[in-house]
Amino acid sequence: MPVTKPAVPAVAGWFTTDDQPVLLGSRCVACGVVAFPPRSAGCPNPHCRSTDVARHALARTGRVWSFTDARYQPPPPYVSPSDPYRPFVLAAVELDADGLIVLGQMVDGAVADDVYVGLPVELVIEPLLETDEAVQLVWKWRPTPDA
Amino acid sequence: MPDDAVVLGVGMTAWGKWGRPFVDYGTAAAREALDDAGVDWADVDLIVGGETVRNGYAGYVAGSTVAAALGFNGAQVATVYGACASGAMAIDHGRAHIMAGLADVVLVVGADTTPKGFLAPNAGERPDDPDWLRFRLLGATNPAYFGLYARRRMHLYGATESDFAKVKVKNSRHGVDNPRARYRKEVAEEEVLASPIVASPLHLLDICATSDGAAAVVLCSADYAARRVVTEATTGRPAVRIAAVSTVTPAFPDTGLGLPDIATDSTAVVPPPPRSFRDSIAHAAYEQAGIGPEDVDVAEVYDLSTALELDWYENLGLCPTGDAEDLIRRGATALGGDAATVNPSGGLACFGEAVPAQAIAQVCELVWQLRGDALGRQRAGARVGISANQGLFGHGSSVIVVR
Repeated sequence: MPVTKPAVPAVAGWFTTDDQPVLLGSRCVACGVVAFPPRSAGCPNPHCRSTDVARHALARTGRVWSFTDARYQPPPPYVSPSDPYRPFVLAAVELDADGLIVLGQMVDGAVADDVYVGLPVELVIEPLLETDEAVQLVWKWRPTPDA
Repeated sequence: MPDDAVVLGVGMTAWGKWGRPFVDYGTAAAREALDDAGVDWADVDLIVGGETVRNGYAGYVAGSTVAAALGFNGAQVATVYGACASGAMAIDHGRAHIMAGLADVVLVVGADTTPKGFLAPNAGERPDDPDWLRFRLLGATNPAYFGLYARRRMHLYGATESDFAKVKVKNSRHGVDNPRARYRKEVAEEEVLASPIVASPLHLLDICATSDGAAAVVLCSADYAARRVVTEATTGRPAVRIAAVSTVTPAFPDTGLGLPDIATDSTAVVPPPPRSFRDSIAHAAYEQAGIGPEDVDVAEVYDLSTALELDWYENLGLCPTGDAEDLIRRGATALGGDAATVNPSGGLACFGEAVPAQAIAQVCELVWQLRGDALGRQRAGARVGISANQGLFGHGSSVIVVR
């Protein structure tokens, strides 16, 4: 009988994995500056001396700011989910709120020809790679259904 | 303000991919720079090395490694690392010692032996390293970032793949007669466009290679230069001075997606600074030197990709934002063009990148240009040169040399 491996985030504390997944940034309790990835070293604002940051769920939708694709397999520690390697699309997405751009792969199967600057996308969670113990998950961008 | 540091000598190996120890390249470049300066190694007060992170412990202590190879002479030693800006930081360290009166003669050297293919992070499971994470989580190689920036130019300013290819065509022409260039063949626009796409919209020939190579400069105080009577009259060689070295960090919030960042800073609470990071690198150099873009005759900029060279035209103020395509289309930045000549050496397109050596190599080329020694690629009458580069983790640099 096949054993189902547990699915775990490839990096702890950066995103949720429910049906409406979100990236988890940090927000400075003093000045309100948001950052992603979440900060452990305090506020990134040089005019703020606070070291007190709280978890902050980022907007889960945005628009493609720019994009490219990886025609050749990146070197380790990248692990290709397929053999032979299949190119993937990378998108830098300007979030609908929070004032920042976040890089991510487009969902599996996306091709660069279908992507354009301004394309509305939403955050989804997909498998990144499989180890002996677990399936590791990562965030990706998917065109929003009504786009 | 104390007197500027003088560039007494320059030296540089040919760039290639030979896989020899980096210290062999470094000592060759150092000896050439010392000979060019007419300075004995024994007389050097301070040696500064640009660190290479891919060659083990000897690379982490590159200044000392080269000093040992030349024979320890009791000089002060330092090794600095700042990604692609390492060489400029090494120059800045030496220059500061000279301007502070702590050293008379300084040898600055950078050398690298690079692996084949994509530059990759150090080995091992290192999930606390942002450089490791961008590869593991996203497969985001350096060319992927270059692809993102290039696509942005197409969206904002109507750049085309053909505009990017024209940068390669120009630089390949510039490098044909450069004896130190690794690629010395003219490349046609069609060849660039026919080369495989690596990170769309960029083709293989839009993206620079990684190379082995070394560059060195000998810096000295104005006093020392005068004592040695190194003047135009006595040697036929104009004195070249370092008028500025800028190694500024980005200012918060940085809205550029720099390597190896997964996200930009947020502008929701604090508005963006008046200048982008790359703009601020050049701005700080111009302020230090007390000159402006209109004074520049020749520029060596980091064409990690062809499209990035176009960004630099604007970051250096050689044209207004959005006009870089016009410059390349009408050949303004080529030798003989009506703007500042950009990458007369052939740039990274003809050299490939040897990280800790590259910013020093840029300065070597500017010095040859200002001396009038750049045979076959000389910008006529060049008096002011500027270099510019950007690397990982908020590093960038710009050096201004004048005669």
